[in-house]
Amino acid sequence: MIRFDNVSKSYPKQSRPALRDVSLEITKGEFVFLVGSSGSGKSTFLRLLLREERASHGQVHVLGKDLARLSNWKVPQMRRQLGTVFQDFRLLPNKTVAQNVAFAQEVIGKPRGEIRKAVPQVLDLVGLGGKEERMPGELSGGEQQRVAIARAFVNRPALLIADEPTGNLDPQTSVGIMKLLDRINRTGTTVIMATHDQQIVDQMRKRVIELEQGRLVRDQSRGVYGYQH
Amino acid sequence: MRAQFVLSEIGVGLRRNLTMTFAVVISVALSLALFGGSLLMRDQVSQMKGYWYDKVNVSIYLCNKNEAETSGGASCAKGAVTAEQKKAIEAELDKMDLVEKVTYESADEAYKHYKEQFGDTPLAASITPDQMQESFRVKLKDPEKYKVITTAFAGRDGVQSVQDQRSVLDNLFGLLDVLNKAALGVMLIMLVVALLLIVNTVRVSAFSRRRETGIMRLVGASSFYIQMPFIMEAAFAGLIGAVVACGMLVTGQYFVIDHGVALKDKLELINFIGWDSVVTKLPLVLAIGLLMPALAAFVALRKYLKV
Repeated sequence: MIRFDNVSKSYPKQSRPALRDVSLEITKGEFVFLVGSSGSGKSTFLRLLLREERASHGQVHVLGKDLARLSNWKVPQMRRQLGTVFQDFRLLPNKTVAQNVAFAQEVIGKPRGEIRKAVPQVLDLVGLGGKEERMPGELSGGEQQRVAIARAFVNRPALLIADEPTGNLDPQTSVGIMKLLDRINRTGTTVIMATHDQQIVDQMRKRVIELEQGRLVRDQSRGVYGYQH
Repeated sequence: MRAQFVLSEIGVGLRRNLTMTFAVVISVALSLALFGGSLLMRDQVSQMKGYWYDKVNVSIYLCNKNEAETSGGASCAKGAVTAEQKKAIEAELDKMDLVEKVTYESADEAYKHYKEQFGDTPLAASITPDQMQESFRVKLKDPEKYKVITTAFAGRDGVQSVQDQRSVLDNLFGLLDVLNKAALGVMLIMLVVALLLIVNTVRVSAFSRRRETGIMRLVGASSFYIQMPFIMEAAFAGLIGAVVACGMLVTGQYFVIDHGVALKDKLELINFIGWDSVVTKLPLVLAIGLLMPALAAFVALRKYLKV
């Protein structure tokens, strides 16, 4: 599903590369935590997956495609198979909950009938049934993040990428979000989640990949947040 | 892609920076009106050329007694034209392929024409038929080649001068041409202003909607789909500008030439362009008004909207 072969990434004007010689493989259906302090290369890792950046060296394969060889106009097609969730939710404030979710389908040209069916379904799945017509501003942080997850999942992506989805939420709400991501993972969707939340990582006991100064320093199945020796 | 969705996005975008849209509309309208105006001016000039060149001749004025004795000087020093010389000139003109028609105007005929033109003014009364010159009026197949006649006959015995009436008109057309070029120059400047405004509007528009476009990108909207509303916005504003420009051209024709100022009635000598000329320019103006801003937006988006 995802393979990194000796991937390095350096940005212009920065002497230290953001990623150094990272090799790893993530298979279909896995749930992976990506941990590491700020500046360790987590964001770069995710940006490479989304093909927002290209690797300086090495190869990145996502969903069986070599991203270096993927031409620009094919990138949107590739991204339709990925769902993304961010710390800051990234909802459109002037659209209702249902419209926000539908937006993800409208912009890729799904027929209206299909959208009308899929949106309530996915909102039910994330536990927001009945809040279709609310505006994002009227919702709590946790609910907003559920809308974002619904939007990321409505097109049934093979891979869900979450960049600190619980970063702005209190512990209790975070647990709810994690349960939701776990449920999505159980439908067969691969989930990659970058996080700083020690408690969550320790509780979930999933595969943990740790980056430090751009290097892969730990790759542990059923791991915890900190080092375990 | 659903039309309604795209249209509503365009509406939102145009309203969001209404003042910029207004500026784009006006600058596009002005530059296109100048453009259309200069096209019409060109039509007008070529129509006048066709009309007048058809009527003008090359005239070969022959020496008369009067000229030989007085002011004729150098060219008529050898005395008035003789019958043989006239025959020789006429025969030579008949032989030239270039010549369509030659008419001979005697001194009496010239006197009659002169009288018709100036009537009973004191000046006309002082002129006698003796003073008038005989001439050959030569009509050419290709009026541009009048120089051939000039080189062939100027300075010959019995010929006082060769005059091409076109040279008088050419001054007028030269002036119109300069005016036309000035209009085109102003149009070019206006066009650059319009394009810069469009680029700027697109940039502001893209910036104010970076949240939407960012999300579109993430969920895998094609770049065409993301850029479409911006391009349509520019094209739409341009089209409104072009419609305004068309309105200006039509009103110009109506008020300046046909009615209102009514140059058509005041300057009967000039054959003005008709409505067909105006109407055929409108589609071109509309097409440019639609496509040029769209292209400018497209180029601007390459830079300001990363996909």
